[in-house]
Amino acid sequence: MDFTFKEDHIDFSDSIRKFLMVEAAPEMLREIWETESGRSKALREKLAEQGLTALSVPEEFNGIGLGDLDWILIHQELGYYAIPDSLSDTAYLAAWLLNNLPGDAALKKEWLPKIANGSARIAIAHPVNPMVADAGNADLLLMWHNDEIHAVQRKQVQMTLRTSIDASRRLFDVTWKPSDATRICPASHGASLWQGLLDRAALAAAAHLIGLAQRMLDLGIDYSAQRKQFGKPIGSFQAVKHQLADVAVKIEFAKPVLYRAAYSVMHDKSRRSVNVSHAKLACGEAAWFSARKSIQVHGAMGYTWEADLQMFMKRAWALNAAWGDQSFHKKRIADFIYSSGAALGPGETFT
Amino acid sequence: MRLEYTERQTKFRAEIREWLAANVPSHELKSFDTKEGFEEHREWERKLHSGRWSAVTWPTELGGRGCDLIEWLIFEEEYWRAGAPLRVNQNGIFLLAPTLMEYGTEEQKKRFLPRMAAGDDLWAQGWSEPGAGSDMAAIRCKAVRDGDHYVINGQKTWSTRAVFADWLFGLFRSDPESSRHHGLTFVLLPLNLPGISIRPIKQLNGLPGFAEIFFDDVRVPVENRMGEEGQGWNVAMATAGFERGLMLRSPGRFQKTSKDLIELYKDNRETADPSISDAVVKSWMDSEAYALSTYATASRLRKGGHIGAEASTNKIFWSEMDLAMNEAAMHILGPSAELMTQDGEAGEISRWLDGFLFSQAGPIYAGSNEIQRNIIAERMLGLPRS
Repeated sequence: MDFTFKEDHIDFSDSIRKFLMVEAAPEMLREIWETESGRSKALREKLAEQGLTALSVPEEFNGIGLGDLDWILIHQELGYYAIPDSLSDTAYLAAWLLNNLPGDAALKKEWLPKIANGSARIAIAHPVNPMVADAGNADLLLMWHNDEIHAVQRKQVQMTLRTSIDASRRLFDVTWKPSDATRICPASHGASLWQGLLDRAALAAAAHLIGLAQRMLDLGIDYSAQRKQFGKPIGSFQAVKHQLADVAVKIEFAKPVLYRAAYSVMHDKSRRSVNVSHAKLACGEAAWFSARKSIQVHGAMGYTWEADLQMFMKRAWALNAAWGDQSFHKKRIADFIYSSGAALGPGETFT
Repeated sequence: MRLEYTERQTKFRAEIREWLAANVPSHELKSFDTKEGFEEHREWERKLHSGRWSAVTWPTELGGRGCDLIEWLIFEEEYWRAGAPLRVNQNGIFLLAPTLMEYGTEEQKKRFLPRMAAGDDLWAQGWSEPGAGSDMAAIRCKAVRDGDHYVINGQKTWSTRAVFADWLFGLFRSDPESSRHHGLTFVLLPLNLPGISIRPIKQLNGLPGFAEIFFDDVRVPVENRMGEEGQGWNVAMATAGFERGLMLRSPGRFQKTSKDLIELYKDNRETADPSISDAVVKSWMDSEAYALSTYATASRLRKGGHIGAEASTNKIFWSEMDLAMNEAAMHILGPSAELMTQDGEAGEISRWLDGFLFSQAGPIYAGSNEIQRNIIAERMLGLPRS
C-alpha cells in the first residue's frame, strides 16, 4: 500500500507546470479566446514539443506509451492553466479508444502517429454530451451509434456552432449518417469501449476541475492579500480567511478521491465507474465552491470581464456537466451503495 | 502508487479480525462516563493488552507491535468494523503517548507507557481554563518551582475523562512573570494528589464526561515534567497536532457510521423524504474521502514527511462530516429520534441520538473549527495575520 506518486510523475508535472506558466499566461488565453477557431496552432505545437500529445500513444506508433495514472497530474495542470486545446480529447481519450480497437490496425497506423506528433485533432461524440466539443477543427470524429464506434471525416458531417459561456469551448451540433463504411467497431465490442471511454473522460474532466479549483483559490488569495479596506489587506479579516480556508479543505479532500479513481481506471478495478463518479462529483463540487468563494472575495472585480477569475470560473461551470452531470454521477453512486451486498464500510476502501 | 495491501498486511488484517471476533464483548458496555462503565472499559483495555492490541504502533518492548501507520489504519478499520468498545484511554494512547515518545526521557517512557498500554493508568487532559479556551496561550494555572517540586495552584476545566481517570497531562504556567506561550511547562500528575478537587460537569446527555479541576498547593515532583521547563507550548502543540491530525479520529469510525446510515435509509426508504438520499450518498463519499486522505498522509509520513496544517483541514472535515451523517439519521428516524438509551424500549436506534449529541461537540473540541480555519488561512494559504 503506497498512496504517493513516483518521483518521475511529480517531476514531469512540475516541468509541465513551469512550461504552462510561461506559455499560457491569462493574456495569451484571452487572445486565443478571441480567434475564430478558439484554438492556437502555435500552442498545440508547443504542447507536442513537451511530449504531451504522445503520452498515451504506444511506442510502436512513435508515442511514449504511458497510462491513466501518468496523465492525472498533467490533466490537473491543464485545468489550472485553463488550456484552450482539445489535447485531452485527442491525446488521451481518442488515443485510448483507437489503440483499443479490435482487429485491423489500419486506423491505428493512420491516426496514432499523427496524434503523437500533434498534427491531428480528434473529436468524440458520446450521447452523454448533447453537443460535440471541438468538432469544428477536428480532422477525425469518433461517433457513438448504438454502442458501435464510427469514424468520420469533418466533411462527412453537418455542424452548427453553439455558443457557450466559456469562450474557450467550441461546441457543435453534429448531424451525420452512420453506414457500414463508417463503422469501425461493432456494438458487441464497442459497449465496453464506450464505458471505458466515458470513465476516462469523466476522470480527465475531474482532474481539470480540481486544477481549476486550485487556480481560483490562488487568485482569491492573491487578491485578498493585495486589496486593502479599512487600512488593511482584506485577507487579514477572519470572515474572508474562513471562506478561503473552506475552499482549501474541499480541495484537500477531493484530490485523494481523484487519485484513487485514476488508479482504479488504470488497473480496471471492479469499482472503477463508482470511483470515477465519486471523483467527478468531489472535484466538480470543489471547483464550483472555489468559484463561488473566489468571486465573493474579489468583490465587484469578480463580476467583471477584466479580472482573470472569469476565465477559470466559466470553464469550471461548463466542465462540471461534461461527461456526465451531477445527476448522472450521483445516480451511479446511489445505485452502488443501495445495492444488496455492496462492500461498504471500514476495510473496503480499496476493494 | 500501489493501492493494494501486501500479503503481510492482509495477514495482519485476518489476525486482528479473528481476535476481535473471539473477544469483543457480546453486550454493549455501559458508558465510560459512569463509574461502572469506566471500569468495564478499563477491563476491555486490559483484554486488548493481553492480546497485545492496545497500542499496536508502539515498539514491542513497551507493549506494542511496532506497527507502521498503514497497519494502524488496518487495525482501526477492523476495530470499528467489529463494533468493539470505545477506547477509554484514547487520551493516553493516541495523544500523550506519541508526544512522550518524542519529548519524554527514556525513564519517563518506561515509567508511563507500559502502564498506559496495560490499562493501569487511564489519562485525562488538562488544557482549557475558564479564561483560556480557544486562546490557550492565556493559561494562568500556575506550576511554580519549589526545589525538586512544582507547586500547582489554579483551575483547569472541560477536562475530558477527569472524573474517573488516574492521571492528568496538561500545560501550566511555570514562570509567573511570563505571558502568552512563553513560560509554560508540560506536566504529568496523578489525580489523587492532596490538594486536588474535581467537580464533574454534566454533558448534554446528563453524564459527567468532563470536569473542572481545582489545584490548591498541589506538589508534583520535577521528574513529572515533560520537555524543558518553559518549553511546554511546543510540547503541547505536538500533542494538539496528533489530536487534530491522524490519530484522534481514524477513518474506520466514519465509514462504519456511513455504512449504518445507508442501512438505516434502506430500512426506512418507504417513509423517508427522498432528498435525504443526497445526505446518505454524501456520507459515503465523504467517509471514503477521509479514509483516502488518511492513507495518503500515512504513506507520506512513512516516507519521511511531516504533518502540517493538514491536521487542521482534517479536523474541520471529519467534524462536519460527523454532524451531517448524524443529522441525516435523526431526520430518517423522525419522531423516534428523541428517545434516549435510558429508555428501555428504544434499543438500537437510540445510539443515533448518542452519536448526534456527540457530533455537536466535534467542531468545538480539539481546537474550535474557527481556530482551525485561521491556522489553514495563515499557515497553509499564507494570508496576513489579523
